[in-house]
Amino acid sequence: MELIEKANKEAIRRMLGAEPVLIDVVPAGEIVPDLKDKMILHAGPPVEWNHMCGPMQGAIAGITVFEGWADDLEQAASMAAGGGITFDANHHHDAVGPMTGMTTVSQPMLVVENRTTGNRAYCAINEGLGKVMRFGGNDAEVLNRLAWIRDVLGPAMGKALRDMGGIELKPLIARGLSMGDEMHQRNVACSGLVLRAIAAAMAKISDDSTALSEALAFISANDQFHLNIAMAMGKAIMDPVRDIKGSSIITAMSRNGTDFGIRVSGTGDEWFTAPVEMPEGLYFAGYTEADANPDMGDSTIVETIGLGGFAMGASPAVAGFVGAGAASEAANYTHRMSEICAAENPEWTIPSMDYLGVPSGIDVRLVVDSGIAPTINTGIAHREPGIGQVGAGVVRAPMACFEQAVRRLAEKVGIS
Amino acid sequence: MTSDTDQSSLLGGKLSVINVGLDKFATELADHDVPVVHLDWKPPAGGDPELAALLSKMGT
Repeated sequence: MELIEKANKEAIRRMLGAEPVLIDVVPAGEIVPDLKDKMILHAGPPVEWNHMCGPMQGAIAGITVFEGWADDLEQAASMAAGGGITFDANHHHDAVGPMTGMTTVSQPMLVVENRTTGNRAYCAINEGLGKVMRFGGNDAEVLNRLAWIRDVLGPAMGKALRDMGGIELKPLIARGLSMGDEMHQRNVACSGLVLRAIAAAMAKISDDSTALSEALAFISANDQFHLNIAMAMGKAIMDPVRDIKGSSIITAMSRNGTDFGIRVSGTGDEWFTAPVEMPEGLYFAGYTEADANPDMGDSTIVETIGLGGFAMGASPAVAGFVGAGAASEAANYTHRMSEICAAENPEWTIPSMDYLGVPSGIDVRLVVDSGIAPTINTGIAHREPGIGQVGAGVVRAPMACFEQAVRRLAEKVGIS
Repeated sequence: MTSDTDQSSLLGGKLSVINVGLDKFATELADHDVPVVHLDWKPPAGGDPELAALLSKMGT
């Protein structure tokens, strides 16, 4: 259909023409206009307290105490259940967040600007692995770390980024792909590249060598530090692709631990949702699939731009980590995702696949026609609040979302 | 339709198989050392005729 093909061409032009730059770190309350006191933005499509999964409720309780809105977790949970907290989706506020995706006024947010279109997108700083708030952790250790990120790391990174004029992310991703990252469950190379880019600027602006040392050590020790940067980048790339009349390109995929939701360019900001699926993966020592929470997080914005499970071929090491099979299987995942995408990204290539560009621009028509659901690499949270990450795996997006979207898009373009 | 001659030729000669759809048939043959290429195929739109018709009009 000519309208759809033309619209998709424009969508791909906007996607591939994006120039994302990490420019700042700023408290959410200063940059997210509608974010108020006693308001929490979460991952995924909108969800109310009664329908939230365990780790989401755990994180809500934790962040409520962290912000000083409640004295303890019990009071916080009671406050949330009683309507004392306003909830909304990160995606409604130019933001994204991994796993539970907590965004509140005092959270320092990474700011990525798309210099082609001028829009900005935000994501909180990655806390590290294990017991962390994004996986539902909420004890004193978790809250103390968040306070340090708010008071020390965030301001230092913001000042350094402003001083150095930001970090261009497109070439950084290209390099990371050639170093074995897929930018969802493997960010070892890109985290190192970010550290290398920012360390000198952080040293230049610092007047406290102990704080500087702790900040650099924190980034160095966190292999997933870059994930949240990649997510803000994904949001900054995809937001300008929204609302192109007739386009069947997916602009967001996201999960709140209860539902999986997608948005399609030609259907505006409407969510199409279906119950989330369970990831299949590998578990840390002492945990099994009986401990696992269903799929969760805004991090699927990474797959939406052709990375993560779509770029598995760049990252044979991650195939083993997420239990996706032998390293030699990694390229098959990327080939399969090519079947549901409208283009390849000529600037983000996979050397070991003869410099194939990562599959880009998921076409909802192709998903439904082929029956091939997007492959997502993901962390796995414990189903109970307060415990944290228990493994990593691969999950398929539920087909019902895509079928609903196709029907709605057909209505929008006058097909019945 | 095959003639008797065709059938005896099929059963008597070396098999080379292309399997379309369910992969179980391919794995069974492979387990018996029969060379087989599996084509991962499903009916369009999971076999839903209404969705398949919409998709056809939408240009897939």
